[in-house]
Amino acid sequence: MELYMSLAIGVIFTVGVYLILSKSLLRIILGTSLLTHGVHLLLLTMSRLKTGAAPLLGQKADAYVDPLPQALILTSIVISFGVTSFFFVLAYKAYQRLGTDDMERLRGKDDE
Amino acid sequence: MSLLHIVILLPFILAVFVPVLHKWSKRLHTGWFVLPAPAALFVYLLGWLPNVQEGERMTASLPWIPSLGIDFTVYVDGLGLLFALLITGIGTLVVLYSIFYLDKGKEAIGHFYVYLLLFMGAMLGVTLSDNVIVLYGFWEITSISSFLLIAFWHHREKSRYGALKSMLITVLGGLAMLGGFALVYVMAGTFSIRELVGSAADIAEHDLFIPAMLLILLGAFTKSAQFPFHIWLPDAMEAPTPVSAYLHSATMVKAGLYLVARFSPVFAGEPAWFWLIAASGIATLLYGSYRALKQTDLKAMLAFSTVSQLGLIMSLLGLGSAAAVYTGTSESLFYAKATLAGIFHLMNHAVFKGALFMVVGIVDYETGTRDIRRLGGLMSVMPVTFSAALIGALSMAGLPPFNGFLSKEMFFTAVLNIRELDVWNMAFWGAFFPVIAWIASVFTFLYSMLLLFKTFAGKKQFEKLAKKPHEAPLGMLLPPVVLASLAVVFGLFPNLLSYSLIEPAMAAIHPAMLDAGAKFHVSISFWHGWTAEIYMTIGVVAAGILLYKLYPRLSLLNRPLFTRFSLNKTYDGGIGRLDGSAKWLTDRYMTGSVRHYLIYILFFLIVSVAMTMAGSGGMRVDLSDFAPMSLYEAVIIFALVASVIAVPFARSRMMAIILTGTAGYMVTLFFVIFRAPDLALTQMIVETVSVTLFLLCFYHLPKLKKELARLRFKLSNFLIALGVGAVMTAVALSASSGRSFESISGYFLENSYKLAGGKNVVNVILVDFRGFDTMLEIVVLGIASLGIYALIKLGPDAVGT
Repeated sequence: MELYMSLAIGVIFTVGVYLILSKSLLRIILGTSLLTHGVHLLLLTMSRLKTGAAPLLGQKADAYVDPLPQALILTSIVISFGVTSFFFVLAYKAYQRLGTDDMERLRGKDDE
Repeated sequence: MSLLHIVILLPFILAVFVPVLHKWSKRLHTGWFVLPAPAALFVYLLGWLPNVQEGERMTASLPWIPSLGIDFTVYVDGLGLLFALLITGIGTLVVLYSIFYLDKGKEAIGHFYVYLLLFMGAMLGVTLSDNVIVLYGFWEITSISSFLLIAFWHHREKSRYGALKSMLITVLGGLAMLGGFALVYVMAGTFSIRELVGSAADIAEHDLFIPAMLLILLGAFTKSAQFPFHIWLPDAMEAPTPVSAYLHSATMVKAGLYLVARFSPVFAGEPAWFWLIAASGIATLLYGSYRALKQTDLKAMLAFSTVSQLGLIMSLLGLGSAAAVYTGTSESLFYAKATLAGIFHLMNHAVFKGALFMVVGIVDYETGTRDIRRLGGLMSVMPVTFSAALIGALSMAGLPPFNGFLSKEMFFTAVLNIRELDVWNMAFWGAFFPVIAWIASVFTFLYSMLLLFKTFAGKKQFEKLAKKPHEAPLGMLLPPVVLASLAVVFGLFPNLLSYSLIEPAMAAIHPAMLDAGAKFHVSISFWHGWTAEIYMTIGVVAAGILLYKLYPRLSLLNRPLFTRFSLNKTYDGGIGRLDGSAKWLTDRYMTGSVRHYLIYILFFLIVSVAMTMAGSGGMRVDLSDFAPMSLYEAVIIFALVASVIAVPFARSRMMAIILTGTAGYMVTLFFVIFRAPDLALTQMIVETVSVTLFLLCFYHLPKLKKELARLRFKLSNFLIALGVGAVMTAVALSASSGRSFESISGYFLENSYKLAGGKNVVNVILVDFRGFDTMLEIVVLGIASLGIYALIKLGPDAVGT
């Protein structure tokens, strides 16, 4: 399972990076979203998959999966959500004011 | 803090009060307040002469950074006292001269004296410091104050150019010197010059000996305007004349000579030291004297003359270092005579060059020009100035009965002696020294005569001058006259100097040659019979007079030697090219395109991670321990990969957003099957909100043009993306294969209920075991929402730009 997950993570990273290298601001934000998913899955995979029950002590299982990465991922999900929404509104404002979402046209002034 | 510290710090303290005095005194020239300081110091230092002559050494130490071995230690021996007397003595005369030279109403004299006092204090610090780091600090203050003084008339383009040039070159050398000091510290473990001299034998064996020597010499050569670093000195002539007289002839340019003399006991005896100093000195001597011939500006002529004379002293210090080879034998005294000549000429040069600069300043002040083509016949209108110039120029040319004659005779003796040195191929190369020295002396004679007679003799052409010339005020004449008299006094009674100053200075440069408590016995005689030196001098005079007569017809001397190659062009071109290539390089990679920067970052990530994994054996794949995959999971993986791959192919932005959302829901499903219920819940909510937000925003955006039709395929982007994907796959596989150590989660699982009273371990970790993470993550969300609010409500729209 870890092998396939790793390959899937590789695909997610490839597409995410490909998107953030594109010109369109929207695609760049979508690329960062995908990269976030890739990172979360990577964190989960690194702690080994399916080694026990969900980390709820009420289950009275012999073994549980590692709860620490889950806590980390939960924190990460919330933070990336905050950052992504901020970026998104920023992109929206830039698009609205500057009239483009082409990164190649979003350059500084010439005299800078 | 002892009185010796006060000697160094007095000019700095006075410099603080100069602006106040300048404001406060409406009628009196600020220079009068400054004048007592160098005069008092000079008199005070004169009082030390008998003690130093008796071999007494004065030290005083003040802890500065004791933990690093850096103390403000003042050390007065013969060499330091000689320089300190020069600095304060000529400083007094220069201040007096400047009072009459600089107009109170027109010039910013408050600034002038602050800079000059800073310089004076720094120069005293350089020559009296025992700690090399303190020495370096003062050394850089001399560079900075010299920079400020050269650019005193900062509204002039050429002043700023000259100041920048001298700053760049001397600071380059200063920095190299600091490197040399650091290496010396590595070798000897001390910053104290006295202790360095004590451990000179150990240092000579060290691998860093040669690099340290080269770096320190670079500092000395740039400061003392040795070839090819002399180019800053002629451009520094844009400074007011008192500055040129003080800094660029008598004191600062001799700091390099001081450094060489001071470090002689550490480095002398090495062939590299001997050759570098002797050869660069003699080359500078010849080049400077040749270039001085061709100048039409009096100050430029004196500048090249200074370069040439500094070369002479430098070469003498180099030749004198040969004495260290024969330490303990009578031969060493034979070669040490070169050092003696060097020190003697160092003082002589300060005296007559100071006088000449002041004379040139007077001529400039009275006639409005320094161009020898427009000057002439000033002898009858300015008799006193002419007398001072005559003595100065004849002394520079090396004629009896002035002091320059004696030092030049001793110079000839030294270069003739060096042929008998039986090491380092001197049998062959040594023969060149007298020849070069003789030619350079002819040139020196020639430009001294040109300087003198083109200005003061010949036709009167006062109609070409801006002002009608007449004799200068007394206060302006006094300093050059004093210096010219000294040139005569030192010429007639050289042993005044030799007993009091030269002997202790020699003892400082050649400590190894003396037994404990012994002294050098130096006697300079005016006449020493019909020797080779006297014939050489006669030859110099004869050839010089001949050349002077032929001078107008000798096109060789008038034409630039190298029309295509010049050091100034090299410097200017070098600076320009450095500027241009830095701009070119920056323009190449700082394109302003975010895509390019991302490519650099990602490319570096791929290369560094891949190389580290390949190099350190971190790459390992161990499939044995992996969990099996069910059909259900295979379907989800397939759906995830398919939706992710489809994103770049989406034609509309709606489609791209929805496909990204799909990938997010697939991740949610993974969280479900991999036993992470809290994650699944959160992910689902977050994904829903995100997609809604995405859709809301972009649905309402005006369609500016048909964008996002289809992402155009770019191979370079794809290759980078593939590289990142491959690297991340490798990282994921390596991380999953085998564990280096047990997870700490056992603790959380065991104690979640016992210690925290919760059965949902993930939630207990979030709010109990690792509650700080959660608190700050709440802060992140708060900041993000505030930021969004500000963007929407308070952006530039709201301000109304």
